[in-house]
Amino acid sequence: MASGDVDAELGAKLRELRENPEEMIRMGEVAGVVESLMATLKGDLSSADLKIYTELESLAKYIEAAKKEIVALRPDEVRDEYLPTATDELDAIVEATAEATNTIMDAAEAVESVMKHLEGEDVDVLGEATTKIYEACGFQDITGQRITKVIKALKYIEEKVDALVDAFGAEIENIKKDQPQEEVQKDAKLSDEDLLSGPQQKEKAKNQEEIDALLASFD
Amino acid sequence: MAVDMNMNVLIVDDYKTMLRIIRNLLRQLNFVNIDDATDGSIALQKLRQGSFGLVISDWNMEPMTGIQLLREVRADEKLRPIPFIMVTAESKSENVIAAKEAGVSNYIVKPFNAETLKSKLVSVLGDF
Repeated sequence: MASGDVDAELGAKLRELRENPEEMIRMGEVAGVVESLMATLKGDLSSADLKIYTELESLAKYIEAAKKEIVALRPDEVRDEYLPTATDELDAIVEATAEATNTIMDAAEAVESVMKHLEGEDVDVLGEATTKIYEACGFQDITGQRITKVIKALKYIEEKVDALVDAFGAEIENIKKDQPQEEVQKDAKLSDEDLLSGPQQKEKAKNQEEIDALLASFD
Repeated sequence: MAVDMNMNVLIVDDYKTMLRIIRNLLRQLNFVNIDDATDGSIALQKLRQGSFGLVISDWNMEPMTGIQLLREVRADEKLRPIPFIMVTAESKSENVIAAKEAGVSNYIVKPFNAETLKSKLVSVLGDF
């Protein structure tokens, strides 16, 4: 290299990175090292130096473009909004299926209690039917276990996205500033798409009485 | 020897729905004394305090799993003879082998039906 040895500050940074191979290196740090390396190339450049300089320059541009693309994906939104929503929805599925299964079993047990007062073929038919109901209710256990596995996978993804958000914290904040959230105007008309949000979480959902009251308020 | 339908049966599962299903199916098979626990450690406590003739346990539970419960039962001189049926969604060969090595009496894969439950009970307890 034309400048001889790597400068002291850059050398210290490289040593620090080498000594902590387990730690995640921020994209900004990588870009900083590349830029510092490029800055050390001064004076008369040989053709080999020039080649290295060109390679480093293209590497810096590549890193910068990758950074912009990753930040534009808004991993903070994935972590703060989409992943918690997905987990809540899955929890709601488990809760709703458990509730439905218990109601079905309540009904089957009620049938069984009436069977004591019956005689003949009817008892066998009802007995077989209730057995089939109990067997079928086993679906709740299996779906519950499968959903638990999916929730674990989502938690793993959350950890990875969390690390990504941590690495790109400053850049994400800059993008947020450049793209202020759209303010929803109170009297703005909702589109058909806005009205399609699927079933509400139990605690947020309006019950039938509240819906009736709301409808009645228009009268 | 006839099966004592009054024996205490302990069912262990962390899903309350599954406890209820097994309890109802056992009741239909004329078992009357059915107790339950939601994990291995609670089950072990009940087994040590009471007198049980059969354990039907899930595998995947916390903090103590079904296989850990099975090992504890088989390591306990007093509890060792109790028949132990594993009822689980874990259907890999490795699981079945591990359960067998730990001393399981029989193994039922979820989802199961009443006929399978009865046939496994017969194979463990004798005809009833």
